[in-house]
Amino acid sequence: MRKELKFTVNGQPYELYVKPKTLLVDVLRNELGLTGTKKGCESSSCGVCTIILNGMAVKSCSILALQAEGAEITTVEGLAKGDQLHPLQKAFLDYGAYQCGFCTPGMLASAKAFLDENPKPTEEEIKEAIDGNVCRCTGYNSIIRAMTAVVNGDYKEAK
Amino acid sequence: MINDFEYDAPKTLKEALSLLDKYREDYKIIAGGQSLLIMMRQGLIKPEHLIDIKGISELNYVKFDSNKGLRMGALTTHSTLEKSPVIKKSFGVIAEMEKRLASIQTRNWGSIGGNLCHGDPAGDLAPVLIALNATLTVASIHGERNMLVEGFFLDYFETALEYGDLLTEIQVPTIPSNTGTAYTKFNVIESDMATVGVGVSITLAPKEGHCKDVRIVLANAAPKPMRAKQAEELLRGKKITDPLLKEAGEIASTETEPISDIHASAEYRKELVKVLVKQLSKEAHLRAKQA
Repeated sequence: MRKELKFTVNGQPYELYVKPKTLLVDVLRNELGLTGTKKGCESSSCGVCTIILNGMAVKSCSILALQAEGAEITTVEGLAKGDQLHPLQKAFLDYGAYQCGFCTPGMLASAKAFLDENPKPTEEEIKEAIDGNVCRCTGYNSIIRAMTAVVNGDYKEAK
Repeated sequence: MINDFEYDAPKTLKEALSLLDKYREDYKIIAGGQSLLIMMRQGLIKPEHLIDIKGISELNYVKFDSNKGLRMGALTTHSTLEKSPVIKKSFGVIAEMEKRLASIQTRNWGSIGGNLCHGDPAGDLAPVLIALNATLTVASIHGERNMLVEGFFLDYFETALEYGDLLTEIQVPTIPSNTGTAYTKFNVIESDMATVGVGVSITLAPKEGHCKDVRIVLANAAPKPMRAKQAEELLRGKKITDPLLKEAGEIASTETEPISDIHASAEYRKELVKVLVKQLSKEAHLRAKQA
């Protein structure tokens, strides 16, 4: 039997009915069409499904959709403001931190949740922040450089 | 594929306990689900009813009192412990362990109670709690009971919980003075499960400086978290020296019953225990001297 789920994704309130076994990542991708969030290992190992839920980075493949009742969610689609990319997205482009792009939505979610909580981290803390996200291209250094540039204030948030 | 199930999300402990009583043996409890959903996805667990306790806010707290010690609600997340000022200050080994327990995302959503109830012998939380002589409270509609965390684990993925029971709280007594504690695990990928983990607590006699009390607890070295009691016995009452710690590691290794799996052979795990017990006891001893 389907159950009611109310939550907010990228500022937009939603009310839908889902089967209890549905995972959050599947609701985002299949019901809401937000296919920016990817599915990788589906065993809580790779981090490509990372989203921001109530300010925290979490793995949307390891949470039942119904557990997100009442939550405020941000996915990669919610980072840009209109046609203005988020500072992290711009820095990722400039520093070649995208490569194949598959880990990017999850990396950006982890990076944003982390920098929102700790805007002036050390390099070690930046590395730890993306510890739960695997980049299959092994492009970690460019991701760390992009995050460092944002921390240094090289990119300003769009008003 | 995850099976279809009936879903309830009680908002209070009372409501949760009556649901457990109502569904008897046909349910599974989900908190953060960071371990459970993996097993459900693999079809290893197919519950008829899933009772989601994540939303029971009365079980989400960290309280400290210098007489009673630390009390943590079962639904407290790992990252809450890691960031808690009182835990960092007075129970540093817990914060130290939590930081490496799993990825940040998992620590943000997974609960400490769920981690214990999952009963995985590779879990990091149990050995640290046992080293700190922690207790826990289990509730059912019939009332509450308390037990040592050490007595909570029965076998692989098996705990003392009966149907109708819910783990509600974990208590850690104030760490005695002149005590040093340490935890580490060996793993190939940082923040992965422990190939082997070791938690040590050493209390020194204030004047003489010998080892007054010691606890050495191992993760993933047996079907459940275990104390290396013979190694503890060797150290208790003695002045701690490097050769003695080496011997303690060797004894601890003989006490284990590890398995071989894709991460390591049983033989390799036994070697790891030797080395880690020696190293961690040394670290705990050093911290006890500084305490």
